[in-house]
Amino acid sequence: MTPLTRRTRLLVLLAAVLVLSAVAATTLLHASDRAARKDRAQPGGPRVTAGPVSLVPAAAGRRIVFRNLAWGPHRDELTSVAATTPGGTRSASGVKCLRFYAAAGTGVCLQAVHGAVQDSYRAVVLDAQLHEHAHYALPGIPTRARVSPSGHLVAWTVFVGGDSYAGTDFSTRTAVLDTRTGRFDASLEDFGAIRDGHRLRAADLNFWGVTFADDEHFYATMATGGKTFLVRGDLNARTVTVVRANVECPSLSPDGTRIVFKKRVSGLPADAPWRLYVLDLRTMRETPLGETRSVDDQVVWRDGRTVVYSLPGDYGADLYSVAADGSGGPHRLMGAALSPAYL
Amino acid sequence: MLALGSVSLITDISSEMVTAVLPLYLVAGLGLSPLGFGLLDGVYNGFSALVRLAGGHLADRGGRHKAVAVFGYGLSAVCKPLLLLAGSLPLIGAVLAADRTGKGLRTAPRDALISLAAPPEARGRAFGIHRAMDTTGALLGPLAAFLILHVAADGYDAVFTVSFCVAALGVLVLVLFVPGSRTGTPDTAPSPDGVGRSAVSLRAAVGLLRRRDVRGLALCALLLGLATVSDSFVYLLLQHRLGVPDRWFALLPLGTAAAFLLLAVPLGRLADRVGRRKVFLGGHLVLFLAYGLLLSSWHGTALPYAVLALHGCFYAATDGVLMAAAAEAVPAELRSSGMALIQTGQAFARFACSIAFGAAWSAWGDRTALLAAAVLLAVCAALSAALRPGAGPPMSVPV
Repeated sequence: MTPLTRRTRLLVLLAAVLVLSAVAATTLLHASDRAARKDRAQPGGPRVTAGPVSLVPAAAGRRIVFRNLAWGPHRDELTSVAATTPGGTRSASGVKCLRFYAAAGTGVCLQAVHGAVQDSYRAVVLDAQLHEHAHYALPGIPTRARVSPSGHLVAWTVFVGGDSYAGTDFSTRTAVLDTRTGRFDASLEDFGAIRDGHRLRAADLNFWGVTFADDEHFYATMATGGKTFLVRGDLNARTVTVVRANVECPSLSPDGTRIVFKKRVSGLPADAPWRLYVLDLRTMRETPLGETRSVDDQVVWRDGRTVVYSLPGDYGADLYSVAADGSGGPHRLMGAALSPAYL
Repeated sequence: MLALGSVSLITDISSEMVTAVLPLYLVAGLGLSPLGFGLLDGVYNGFSALVRLAGGHLADRGGRHKAVAVFGYGLSAVCKPLLLLAGSLPLIGAVLAADRTGKGLRTAPRDALISLAAPPEARGRAFGIHRAMDTTGALLGPLAAFLILHVAADGYDAVFTVSFCVAALGVLVLVLFVPGSRTGTPDTAPSPDGVGRSAVSLRAAVGLLRRRDVRGLALCALLLGLATVSDSFVYLLLQHRLGVPDRWFALLPLGTAAAFLLLAVPLGRLADRVGRRKVFLGGHLVLFLAYGLLLSSWHGTALPYAVLALHGCFYAATDGVLMAAAAEAVPAELRSSGMALIQTGQAFARFACSIAFGAAWSAWGDRTALLAAAVLLAVCAALSAALRPGAGPPMSVPV
């Protein structure tokens, strides 16, 4: 090593600290400036105005309630548009959510709570007027939310993880809540898992993406040993039973006969591995849908024939629709939107 | 010593900043589902062991401990801004692998530098100070990261850039203030350049295992590693057995870290006084107690605290102390290779334990799996205690 005097070394360190601090401060200012810019509306973006949002079916026709991602003062708020004119003016509620779903006058909003040091997350059960009915602390970052068709049951999934060096072990935690009785199952991992008639015991069981059939039964994804499975759950028996392999984020059709899910298709690039498929539960036949891009979302059924899902977009995500029988191609429904529910 | 401790402190702030926000960045920032069952898989674990051995060996050749350490720290530093350019899980996985390669390369040379800089009778204390500073950095990193996200919502780029600046500062402190391994420490001074180089062949490094005291220590670390259940399983068990609420789950590692931080120096000093192997073995006894508490029917509110305190105590009594013991057994010119060898053996054993424990959990349930681990730990500890250490250098304390 070149022999430098202590004085020189300290001067070099001082100079470096100054340069590095300047770089750090600049990026910090830039990032906070960008954060502030997102609070101002972008020209050409969708019109968003403050207004009432209700989870009760309106006489005027069906509405879509979703998280608005368009820049401006109502970014991240629950907003609604008429289902027939998804490009119309959005009515913003003032309630901010990361993920959302609603059915039959009950909503679930997974939201961030900004703390002094670190953000925490909570699940808020909303009534038809978007007033808080109850809330639950979440153990991780929200990803999926569902409400049963009756509006009685609510489920959500969060990502937990990143506590090892370079944070590579991710897991999920899925909870189910009965809003009538307050019965709360904090993790489906506590349920008995059954595969081929045998009780499955594994330390690496993971669940995500619940979809409800009725107030007792549901479907979800279970993962163990690096594989995913479609499971059928029974809330009273507290069991989940493996139905089929390679099914993620199932979404049950309104008539309960079909499931649209994302399937990991071999041969696709590792960063875009999924395609949407529909599974007929009577024949157990799978059919690929007309969307040829990789979809990482739990779809919602617009009606018995069409599903809606999100894909990455300029403002985070855009919503698309595609026929649920494999015919036709995708249609862009609206930009800068996430987590839709049809009411 | 304080200089190297500062390097580790600064570097851990940098790396833990990234670790803390990475899940958020992947899920909220990039909108990805990071459930590829681990971004770095078992194959990488094997590769990382090779990297560590290579780093240890390269550092010994011509006494380039500092150069290899600088390269390792530098590699990890440049990975931070690269995270911003990698928009997909496979690319992010690749960057993380490079980051970990840097960590693997630098660990053994850094520990060798610590052992060469400290007087032999105070090595336990030196490693204790280093590990305490290292853990302090790990605790400060997440705080810094969330402070940045507080100032700039979604400012992941700012987190990664600041993390890079901090890491660069760490490399600079290393370059400027940590003396190289040949600056007149009593251990290295007598071996002239030519002799040192010829002695540090690959064969000599492998030949370390023929030395009775090195073999004994490596075997001891390996045996005990086989019964050391990985941290994530300990936290999972705590949660399963005690019903620790989900919102506290993420805080469990902080409990271990806090105990590690507080006890690293006192236990290092104790190791200097009563013997490093004794304290190393004692640490595993503490781990055995932690298993026992997890198995017991006592469900008091103090139990999680007790288990985490014991878990942190286990780390404080074993992590740096093993390296202090290694410094006793391995001659100075092969110090880094020897340390890498012992660390790799331990890491390999722990990895094997994780796989076996996961399988045992699936087959028998968590309680029986832990009971098996506890029995195995007791057997391995007894075997290790029975392994007579070699004659050792003059300052070694009889065990």
